Amino acid sequence: MAKKVSKYVPYLLVAPALIYLGIFIGYPMIEGIKLVFYENGGFSLATVHRAINNYYFWPALRNTLSLVVIIVPTQLILALIFALAMNKVFKGRNIALTLLIIPMTLSDIAAGLIWYSILSPSGFMNKLLINLGLIHTPIQLFGYQFHTREFIMLVFVELWRSTVTIFVIVLAGLQMISQEYIEAAEVFGAGYWTRLRRIIIPLLKPSIQTALLLRTIYAFSIFGIVWVLVGRDIPVLAGEAYYQVTQIKDYGVGAFYALLIAIMSLTIGIIYLRLTKAEYLEVRR
Amino acid sequence: MVEVKLENLKKYFDNGRVKAVNDLNLTIRDGEFLVLLGPSGCGKTTTLRMISGLEEPTGGKIWFGDRDVTYLPPKDRNISMVFQSYAVWPHMKVYDNIAFPLKVKKYPENEIRERVKWAAELLQIGELLDRYPAQLSGGQRQRVAVARAIVVEPEVLLMDEPLSNLDAKLRVTMRAEIKKLQTKLKVTTVYVTHDQVEAMTMGDRIAVMNKGHLLQVGPPTEVYLKPNSIFVATFIGAPEMNMMEVSVKETEAGIALEGEGFMLPLPSDLGELLRNHINKTVILGIRPEHMTIEGVSTLEHVKRAAKIEGVVDFIEALGTDTIVHTMIGGKIVKIKLPGHIPIPIGEKVKIIVDLDNIHVFDRDTEKAII
Amino acid sequence: MNEKTMYELRKIGFYTFIFIIVVWMGIPLIVSTLYAFGLPDEYYNPHRIIPFHFTLKTVKMLLFTLGGWDALKNSVIVATLAIIISFILGLPAGYSIARFIFPGKDTIKLGMLALKIFPVPIMAVPLVMLYIRLHLIDTRLGVALAHSAGALPLVVLITASIFAGTSAELEEAGMVFGLTRFQSFLKITLPLALPGLAAAAMFTFVGSWNEVFAASVLTFSHRTLPALMLTLMQTAPDYYKFAAAFIMAFPAMIYVAVARKYLISMWGIALK
Repeated sequence: MAKKVSKYVPYLLVAPALIYLGIFIGYPMIEGIKLVFYENGGFSLATVHRAINNYYFWPALRNTLSLVVIIVPTQLILALIFALAMNKVFKGRNIALTLLIIPMTLSDIAAGLIWYSILSPSGFMNKLLINLGLIHTPIQLFGYQFHTREFIMLVFVELWRSTVTIFVIVLAGLQMISQEYIEAAEVFGAGYWTRLRRIIIPLLKPSIQTALLLRTIYAFSIFGIVWVLVGRDIPVLAGEAYYQVTQIKDYGVGAFYALLIAIMSLTIGIIYLRLTKAEYLEVRR
Repeated sequence: MVEVKLENLKKYFDNGRVKAVNDLNLTIRDGEFLVLLGPSGCGKTTTLRMISGLEEPTGGKIWFGDRDVTYLPPKDRNISMVFQSYAVWPHMKVYDNIAFPLKVKKYPENEIRERVKWAAELLQIGELLDRYPAQLSGGQRQRVAVARAIVVEPEVLLMDEPLSNLDAKLRVTMRAEIKKLQTKLKVTTVYVTHDQVEAMTMGDRIAVMNKGHLLQVGPPTEVYLKPNSIFVATFIGAPEMNMMEVSVKETEAGIALEGEGFMLPLPSDLGELLRNHINKTVILGIRPEHMTIEGVSTLEHVKRAAKIEGVVDFIEALGTDTIVHTMIGGKIVKIKLPGHIPIPIGEKVKIIVDLDNIHVFDRDTEKAII
Repeated sequence: MNEKTMYELRKIGFYTFIFIIVVWMGIPLIVSTLYAFGLPDEYYNPHRIIPFHFTLKTVKMLLFTLGGWDALKNSVIVATLAIIISFILGLPAGYSIARFIFPGKDTIKLGMLALKIFPVPIMAVPLVMLYIRLHLIDTRLGVALAHSAGALPLVVLITASIFAGTSAELEEAGMVFGLTRFQSFLKITLPLALPGLAAAAMFTFVGSWNEVFAASVLTFSHRTLPALMLTLMQTAPDYYKFAAAFIMAFPAMIYVAVARKYLISMWGIALK
């Protein structure tokens, strides 16, 4: 087990990593705040005004939040169902499992482009439906006049791409639950739903908590998939940050959007941790 | 309470490549404490799991009284179980753990409270109801598991090595407590263990299993005194029964067993049982406690005895007993003597064998002849 | 309805569900791959659902004319640098957390956990200013440094749990027989931890390979693959999009095939 060595050795080993993180997270944080609130050598809200009054800001905020609110809970339910199914032993499990986790290694851009092959006007879905005689002209999913369709499509593709994050965490948690806990419930008369509700889900709580936290925070910075599929038809915060920095070169406004995402992430993190404490894990003998 | 009957019960795994339980026929009487005893992998836990409904049999039938429960799910069987790891749910307080079976069966709230109290007091854990399992010791968790199992007053109580995770001292206490509890509740109980001491001390009857087969069923003393096979003979009793290859010889004085370095004449009634085996090799088994050393200790209640010679090789002094290792014709034979017995190593001794307690087994079938 | 039919029905239902999952996950991967190599004419032909004739032209064009190959090289370099940097910094920290008891350790662990969930790429916007001053803007090293910061907390936590899993006694045995702690670490602990570390490295690689926000913001000519595709794809004809998807997804799929078993257990470790 752990041993006492020279007092400084453990710190010397940890220090480089900490300093590095300080530079790359602490410094940009301060720099970002300066970019936003500092102008001509003094405190100024000019950048904040410019950022908030941007035509795209409120839609971007609203879209980002609605995407998070729709996608994350749906993913949680899907991931739970998938994990429960994949925790069984059945023929073809390996194929299904492999397919389910492939998106984990795909970039959001790649995922967007992959789905474009299905959804584009000349894509697989349209051609299939036309040849089956179900439709006569392609269903249009792209273009700013199809705002709702684009939004639904984004949700759908995000479900395909990133449900896996929750899925693997929940599955790993599920595999750590001792089978005897579940069998005990079965012996004492609990049917499948009772076992799920009273035993499995409560025991999964720590895994679900971590998964939700991670996924929610990633969802706040949703960007690539939106950008590659619908561009600024559906503005999102991270997309606007990218646009401001690369096209407009307004670093202050870009930094404001980035900071906003960071602050929202931290807030939601703290709320999650407060709300979903598992009491039984806290007790000490 | 109910009688449990297993008829030609089978369980195969891997498409029949592994036969975990093979044509098991066993009746567990109403209110009986039956111990399923065997080494790990003998099929005893699989049998228990089939009785519980957690495992579906490959073939055969399970009866609870006149009810065929073979393919019923556990919840429709009115059983309870104590698991090896206790399976006390960590996210529920002790009270909720014990109350769970009642809540699932939709008992009224006040009855739940009364029954939980009753069960908790029976197991002396009334003080712990408001704690989480993480705050309990292993022994306390065990008590919670037992309380949870009896709270619904099941028809059949199943226990899967419930004491194997406790330390030695606690195990002895719980052994007695569980036995007393079962006597009091008169619930039909199947108790799985690999520990022959638990089996001997707790069971009304013991069923010994090996490699998926049921070898012998009977009260503890019967299984101990009249083992029907080499496996049962060596599995029960510590130190293990001494086993020697001998050949059956017809002498002028009657039938005798000839081993390496000794000749054991048999009384005519025992000898006649071996008449079909004359000039064949059989296995002679004698328990260490059924022998003594001349001039050192006497065997009580011995009617007929014979003497063979050996040399003391090693002494194990256990305090209450002494195990003397003697060399007879190149083979170690252990003798268990009461008390502390100082014998010098290397001394030639005369060993007295209680002839009414010897066992003879067929070398090929491994079944008991005497 | 009796028990047996119920059971059969449930089985059929279950396999239908699995079949839907397989189709839902698999079809887009297959179709986009086929389209990446299909003739563009066939893609625009409404009666050719799946192309019959294949060509390498689109993929080649994307790689060798439109800069895909250079971007791919950049991606590999950036990801490799990210592994090297985050391991040089993260390994000692992970080892320290696994082997020593020292005041503040729990705080550091908690801090790592907090940073792990912090959206590091978002910090890239303010980093632009710093990079301009340090002449790191539009360099592969610059992107790698940012990616390392994203990967570092995870590397520390994973290596800590891997080292905690390798016996300290084995290392101490080495020290008893005359090695220094460092030699003992190199000769005994490191080889034992290697499979786990390899998985952590692959994790870092994939994270960097896929990261697009920081890579797009911090570069303009030395783009990584996703960053390049992000700009190219807005104006490219459809069939280029599928070729781009294939180029980006191919290494990832190989990775899944090789490391599938690790992937799930790695997350198990990483999230404990």
